[in-house]
Amino acid sequence: MATLTFKGGVHPYDGKELSKDKAIVPYLPKGDLIYPLSQHIGAPAAPVVAKGDRVLVGQKIAEAGGFVSSPVYASVSGTVKAIEPHFVSTGAKVNSIVVENDGLYEEAPGLSIKPFEEMSRDDIIGVIKESGVVGMGGAGFPTHVKLSPKDPDKIDYVLVNCAECEPYLTSDYRIMIERPEKVVGGLKVVLELFGNAQGCICIEDNKPEAITIMQKACEKETRIQVKVLKTKYPQGAERMLIHAVTGRDLNSSMLPADLGCVVDNCDTITSIYDAVILGKPLISRVVTISGEAIANPSNFESRMGTNVAELIEAAGGFKTQEKKVISGGPMMGFAMFDIEVPTTKTTSAITCLAKDAVSESPTTACINCGRCVSACDEGLIPARLAQFSEKFDLDAFQKWHGMECVECGCCSYVCPAKRPLAQMIKNVRRMVMANRAKK
Amino acid sequence: MSDLRKVSSSPHIRDKATSSNIMRDVSIALLPAAAYGVFHFGMNALLTILLSVATCVATEYIYEKLMHKPVTVKDLSAVVTGLLLAMNLPVSVPFWMPILGGIFAILVVKQLFGGLGQNFMNPALGARCFLMISFAGRMTNYTYYALGANSGYDAITTATPLAVLREGASVNVMDMIVGNTAGMIGETSAIAILIGAAYLLFRGVIDLKIPGTYIVTFIVFMVFFGGHGFDGTYLVAQLAGGGLMLGAWFMATDYVTSPITPTGQIVYGVILGILTGIFRCFGASPEGVSYAIIFSNLLVPLIEKYTIPLAFGKAKAKGGQKS
Repeated sequence: MATLTFKGGVHPYDGKELSKDKAIVPYLPKGDLIYPLSQHIGAPAAPVVAKGDRVLVGQKIAEAGGFVSSPVYASVSGTVKAIEPHFVSTGAKVNSIVVENDGLYEEAPGLSIKPFEEMSRDDIIGVIKESGVVGMGGAGFPTHVKLSPKDPDKIDYVLVNCAECEPYLTSDYRIMIERPEKVVGGLKVVLELFGNAQGCICIEDNKPEAITIMQKACEKETRIQVKVLKTKYPQGAERMLIHAVTGRDLNSSMLPADLGCVVDNCDTITSIYDAVILGKPLISRVVTISGEAIANPSNFESRMGTNVAELIEAAGGFKTQEKKVISGGPMMGFAMFDIEVPTTKTTSAITCLAKDAVSESPTTACINCGRCVSACDEGLIPARLAQFSEKFDLDAFQKWHGMECVECGCCSYVCPAKRPLAQMIKNVRRMVMANRAKK
Repeated sequence: MSDLRKVSSSPHIRDKATSSNIMRDVSIALLPAAAYGVFHFGMNALLTILLSVATCVATEYIYEKLMHKPVTVKDLSAVVTGLLLAMNLPVSVPFWMPILGGIFAILVVKQLFGGLGQNFMNPALGARCFLMISFAGRMTNYTYYALGANSGYDAITTATPLAVLREGASVNVMDMIVGNTAGMIGETSAIAILIGAAYLLFRGVIDLKIPGTYIVTFIVFMVFFGGHGFDGTYLVAQLAGGGLMLGAWFMATDYVTSPITPTGQIVYGVILGILTGIFRCFGASPEGVSYAIIFSNLLVPLIEKYTIPLAFGKAKAKGGQKS
């Protein structure tokens, strides 16, 4: 099979061996659970419970706040302790529902669903919306909105993003090894919405066992095939994935649907299966706890709202002084100052590094070497964009296509002068977006 | 309070490459040519090289100390400048010329314009041209001592092979490739330079865009305007002589003074090839590489302005949506 790929990108140490052979272990939380009302793109959810109410597992505790929004479900049974602002992993303070866990795990009745063969298009989208499924690769875009493009018949590709190109992450990998039928099943649900589409399960070639298992799982499917991609960061980035598999190029003013593509993360697809076929709302997800500072790197089936500190403890705690704890992977994740924060729908991993390369490498002058240019998967000139950032030259930044940046971090990774290029570019992008919002 | 958790913007990991590793690789790549220069021209060549490197490093150190700036000599860029400058001088120069050249290169061309990454012209070439203009006689005195037939050193006063070629006489091309001719300390041996260039290509420090385009354009120009058509010997002599190899592989590829845009690098290589050809065929001196490179250095901001690459996905959006 010819390996599919894209131009640019980098090859960091992939760290997968720390946790790739650890089977998914369910984790039952001990302490309070915190449910931020904003753990997705769009309007925050609105609480439908009050302090003192008893809630059950799978009970809706917050209603979607609009069309581009998503409901929140309790993942344990217990009492609502408070509705108040709490820190989340990005450092922001978000209004959240705090539930005291009674340890009983009493379940609410599931979503009301018809048998799948009897569901109409609207039924399927309705269930997905009700279930609270959002983009679980990290962006948190409400899935029912993504699956409602203007012209469903123009969609000819549904891509399941199992690339998992971030180092240390193995949650999607373990899902493919242990639950391949859910990946295929979820994809079939989505294909039901797009009659003209073929389904592709896209996997990087550093996961040979997963490729074999998924190929076997969709052997008999006429509309589904496995696509093998060359292992390179950021193959899992939406634009790079679409380019590698379909040859089509997305820019910042377009949606994948404009190119006839719908791209969903592996965990999102299995959650779609759980919602539509099993009537289960989104109350848990697979989280990888890994990194050189962790004693027992693990993959947990973790309930939403579980405290990160508890998961780290369950993974054996820190075996060396942890220099950095990251929500997500080391290339695009958020460094956390406090580990007493909840996991959310978009927390795919907690990476605990024993060494912080950033603070150990002092920044020196740009020597114009052009490595950032070779590494940039968007074809930009990061060194110049960073120069414009230092001078706050927003016009030059946009002229040099700075707004196309996907903030993958490849430029900072390769820079021999250790310049924080990605950070400088991110700053200016925010400024430009803020200016646009003002107009 | 011993070890606080670190917080910074992503990405949180870094590749191994550092600026000083790159400079170290360039220094290593220059060693074959420098070593041949010492072997061919004798101990004075070694002295020139050492004086040049020492002056460059010292100038940078003293300047940065005086100006209360962080001292950056560890990044080895001054060492590279010192090596390149020495390799661009004839062995006959008095000891004060590499010193003067080194001070000019580091102080004027590099530090006064902002230090590493800010020079608009190659410092070693800038210094060479300064010396050439100020002391033309000494800079074109190619006398050197070679091992003679009766195992004594004989002085050889001769013109460079390119000057000989221009007079219409013939040259020994093999000598030019190996380096057994008159010329600047580091530029005579095409083979030694190519070994160094191969090392840099292998290490990923340079790629073929600039040197390849430069050499190909130059060959095409010389075929049409050199007066010898497709004469292989003439073309090889033109390639192996006059610092073209050193210039194409080590000076034109200098990061700071060449364009960063991929298309810009091709344009730069073409301009270099044409300018070198013009200077060699129609100019007063049979050399021409250093002036071609310096002149092209001045054009780099303009070249970059007109070769901004179209970002991924923008090609189809042209004329349609704006972002």
